[in-house]
Amino acid sequence: MQPKIRITNLNFYYGTNWALKDINLEIRPNAVTALIGPSGCGKSTFLRTLNRLNDLIEGARLSGELLLDGRNIYAPDVDVVNLRKRVGMVFQRPNPFPMSIYDNVAYGPRIHGIRNRRKLDEIVEQSLKSAALWDEVADRLRQSAVGLSGGQQQRLCIARLLAVEPEVVLMDEPSSALDPISTLKIEELIRVLKAQYTIIIVTHNMQQAARVSEHTAFFLNGEMVEYDETEIIFTKPRDQRTEDYITGRFG
Amino acid sequence: MATTRQGFQNSLEELQQNILRMGSIVEQVIAQSVECLVRQDAKMAREVVTGDVVVDDLELQIEEQCLRLIATQQPMAKDLRRIAAGFKIITDLERMADYSVDIARTAERILETGQPLIKPLIDIPRMAELSQVMVKQALDAYVREDTELAYTVAKADDQIDMLHNQVFRELLVFMMEDPRTISQATYLLFVSRYLERIADHATNIAEEAIYLATGERKELND
Repeated sequence: MQPKIRITNLNFYYGTNWALKDINLEIRPNAVTALIGPSGCGKSTFLRTLNRLNDLIEGARLSGELLLDGRNIYAPDVDVVNLRKRVGMVFQRPNPFPMSIYDNVAYGPRIHGIRNRRKLDEIVEQSLKSAALWDEVADRLRQSAVGLSGGQQQRLCIARLLAVEPEVVLMDEPSSALDPISTLKIEELIRVLKAQYTIIIVTHNMQQAARVSEHTAFFLNGEMVEYDETEIIFTKPRDQRTEDYITGRFG
Repeated sequence: MATTRQGFQNSLEELQQNILRMGSIVEQVIAQSVECLVRQDAKMAREVVTGDVVVDDLELQIEEQCLRLIATQQPMAKDLRRIAAGFKIITDLERMADYSVDIARTAERILETGQPLIKPLIDIPRMAELSQVMVKQALDAYVREDTELAYTVAKADDQIDMLHNQVFRELLVFMMEDPRTISQATYLLFVSRYLERIADHATNIAEEAIYLATGERKELND
């Protein structure tokens, strides 16, 4: 199967800090890949290289190749705005815009030039349904998004992302700020969404990685130590460092 | 090992201690079941039969311990394999104790017939001794993650199978020579068969030890 994203010899530096060391990885389409590892291991940095969010950081330097559907996303002619539409991101803390639920979801499509009212209604409804939020907010689309619960806000952010029809969804600790029930709702959502999207999730919660992903990569000190099927990583990892981390015996 | 999860580590060690304790009781029961047969001791045979409840209770207790660890600690990798292997090992141990009870009951039946032993028992006690060693070694292999020792257990199982065949041939001769021995010889054949099964369960434990150490499933019973 053709990988959705192919990463070859990726190195990344923050100034003199070598944050990612020679990463090679293939991300499969329509599947969930989990990135695990202790704080500061580079997993979030890695995630942000996939939609060039690191470009904004001063002194950041990158080498290697990242191909999205076979095309280098760091090529000079790449339109970064369009890249970030194709590769969307959900953050740790839900960050709805201080506007209505409807306007939050319609924001992206409007930016991309959709003005037709009926078309926008359709996108908003479809996106909220895909994010498993429609039933909870259908009768109050005009109310402020800030009034939603944390879990609802996070699903709204996912709906906002889906509204621009991305191909890859990056999730950076999407449920670490949520209660257990909201967390499970997000996980269930991930399970449904992977049929249509390629999902890459960074999580500190190893049980979450085990539950939602097909493949797991373990990062440590900027290196990708081990990458395998999730089941293998959590039952018989090959590398002792992976074993020590997932069994909670980290030195 | 680092101490970031000392409480969990202690619980795992406690689990292993309990499994070892169950194992040493089972070893003892195997020895007694054959001893009561050899010595024609009805009282000891009864003790083996009634004592089985201790092993059953221990199995339940360890099973609960495993479930509790899974529910509360979310074990992964080797920890998970250790608990999963523990689950299966106690089933094997419990089964061995049941076979020992079967042997003791058979001893009781032979005693009830009033017929003295048709021959001095030599190979059957050897099988019992050998299977006790197998149980001990298999459990040591599990605790120490010693694959080499686990393979030693598998080798010993071949010896048990050989002895079982020997016992079978020998008893066959007895039965052919004198039909009055058929009843007791059949009982003794059962005993030999029970011991052979006990050794197979010890081999299962050795397989679990290999699984724990390597994550690989190896079929040692063939």
